[in-house]
Amino acid sequence: MPRPEVLDWLRKRFFPHMWCPGCGHGIILHAILRALVDSGKKREETVIASGIGCSSRMPGYIDACTIHTTHGRSLAFATGIKLANPELTIVDVMGDGDCTAIGGNHFIHACRRNIGITAVVMNNNIYGMTGGQASPTTPLGAKATTAPYGAIDPPFDICKLAQGAGATYVARATIAQPVICEQYIKNGLANNGFSVVEIISSCHTQFGRKNNRRTPLDNINFFRNNSVPIAKAQGMTPEDLEGKIVTGEFVKRETPEYTRLYLDLISRVGGNKA
Amino acid sequence: MPRIEFWQGNVSLAYGAIAAGCRFFGGYPITPSSEIAEVMSEELPRVNGRFIQMEDEIAGIAATIGGSVAGYKAMTATSGPGFSLKQENLGLAYMAEIPIVVVDVMRGGPSTGLPTSIAQQDVMQARWGTHGDHATIAYAPSSVQECYEVAIKAFNMAERFRQPVLIMSDEVLGHMREKVVVPEAGDLTLIDRKKPACSPDDFMAYKPDPEDNLPPMASFGDGYRWHITGLTHNEWGFPTNCATEIAFKSARLMDKVNVYRDEIVEYETESVEDAEMIVVAYGSVARTALSAVRQARARNIKVGYFRPVTLWPFPDREIEKLSEKAGKLIVPELNFGQMIHEVERAVHGKAGIIQMSLVNGELFQPSEILGKIEEVA
Ligand SMILES: Cc1ncc(C[n+]2csc(CCOP(=O)(O)OP(=O)(O)O)c2C)c(N)n1
Ligand code: SF4
Ligand SMILES: [Mg+2]
Repeated sequence: MPRPEVLDWLRKRFFPHMWCPGCGHGIILHAILRALVDSGKKREETVIASGIGCSSRMPGYIDACTIHTTHGRSLAFATGIKLANPELTIVDVMGDGDCTAIGGNHFIHACRRNIGITAVVMNNNIYGMTGGQASPTTPLGAKATTAPYGAIDPPFDICKLAQGAGATYVARATIAQPVICEQYIKNGLANNGFSVVEIISSCHTQFGRKNNRRTPLDNINFFRNNSVPIAKAQGMTPEDLEGKIVTGEFVKRETPEYTRLYLDLISRVGGNKA
Repeated sequence: MPRIEFWQGNVSLAYGAIAAGCRFFGGYPITPSSEIAEVMSEELPRVNGRFIQMEDEIAGIAATIGGSVAGYKAMTATSGPGFSLKQENLGLAYMAEIPIVVVDVMRGGPSTGLPTSIAQQDVMQARWGTHGDHATIAYAPSSVQECYEVAIKAFNMAERFRQPVLIMSDEVLGHMREKVVVPEAGDLTLIDRKKPACSPDDFMAYKPDPEDNLPPMASFGDGYRWHITGLTHNEWGFPTNCATEIAFKSARLMDKVNVYRDEIVEYETESVEDAEMIVVAYGSVARTALSAVRQARARNIKVGYFRPVTLWPFPDREIEKLSEKAGKLIVPELNFGQMIHEVERAVHGKAGIIQMSLVNGELFQPSEILGKIEEVA
């Protein structure tokens, strides 16, 4: 049962939620709310942005400043909000399709700018909302309604993508580790820059039914049995790592945050006195 | 004292926006609109505003909507291909009732078309470009002075009605230099969005006030918590499948223009009182048309001039009224026929309509329009 101060962040008026019972995204909602509460955030100073997808329906349930935008574009909206008001805490929740397919360009540019937003990517390896089509993170060989013979498109590694594009905090956990998810989101919020927390989520309804993970528990067990912490992964061969989920914190570094640079520019040209 | 400047249309439009209170611009470069972004990048930080060059036009309008949600008057500017890219998020701004100004400096199309040549081919896209029913407000300036003025009007309408407003400029106007009389800041009438007066817990972001049927808007960061979505929603902003709520929301979006049409519609006329024939033109073409009409008058031809300043809502009742006396309307456009359909709709068969269409990257010559007037007279 969530703590009372966590429950305060839920828009009870908007319940019941639309997720299937047992959807992995609920675990992530709880982890995000615990992280926000424990980081001392205020609801009226916190923005939760999203695109379109099952994952992206999350902001509706959070009693903060919430914006459910267009498919893949949420980071561009969030960038505008953050630049307009850098005091706001911004969490952008995205699905794997939202973030890496239609929104891939906005994702890499948000990483490049190092703008102070925490992106929580809810990766269930599938397009859940539209009925189980393949996404850019569907594993090779996995079945989807648009990959009936198994996916042949190589998947993205979201954390490597974020690291390469310049994000200053990058971590991955699975929904089988809710406390670690919460910790990484807290670390992401504490980072003054663009943070990416990829959380491996589950869609038993769409992904599971085609890939032998029919129940929510099948998925949790799969994540438990196939996760490898970074330290251990470093000693393993690529063959051994095949099909494994490497978890941990990949990037923690400091470079100037974008809105800080812009506010400095305003001071330089005297706009702060305007 | 008003100041005199010698500006390009794009520059004038940018300064007009700043005078209107625009403090946020998100955009992506594209000819022939880029000067607007360039002026904004230089001027906005000087007035504690925000400029950001985004990764594409989709992101440009998204950031602009974000800037508005966080409380700024916000604008984006583009041209043809970029205007196409912006359509989906433009729809979000209609549905979520976020005030923004979107400028399209029209060039020839389709596709990459004619990046450096004038056209008027986006008139219907302005009205119907984004999917779904929505109420469009679009201005078409026809002088550099007016670029400044419509920027202010566009922001006023966006803020008043809590919706996007379009400015349909064109390549010739955007790049032409003319004298601009810049009014004193104190002489401008500026409208700011209506803010909620209730407590944060009672705020319903989509509940209209009974007196004007328009909902007040909070900003993210000013103490209110609310939900924004592109899904059709109820007064709390929460997605709905309830037929009554859907009908209420959908009709209210249309009513912004239906109910306030007379307050929004603008047009200009000359010599229409005794006119037996009227030339109806907008944007840069209207300049050519006016010069032809004056020359024809000098030759004792009873011809008048009508210029829609708002393409949307279209001044249909006004044109209908004039068509009762003037039996012929000449409609020159730089397309194969877009606004002419609105003229036809307006006159209900009361006047004959003569189309002039030019699609070669150039502007009409006054002599061409004069020739048509003489032929029809
Ligand atoms: C422009 C556009 N294209 C396509 C869609 C249809 N669509 C809705 S959600 C979605 C995929 C969602 O997948 P993901 O982001 O992984 O979220 P999930 O539902 O799996 O949580 C798609 C393709 C859309 N809403 N908008
Ligand atoms: S379809 Fe999948 S992702 Fe969507 S709510 Fe159901 S389980 Fe979750
Ligand atoms: Mg998904």
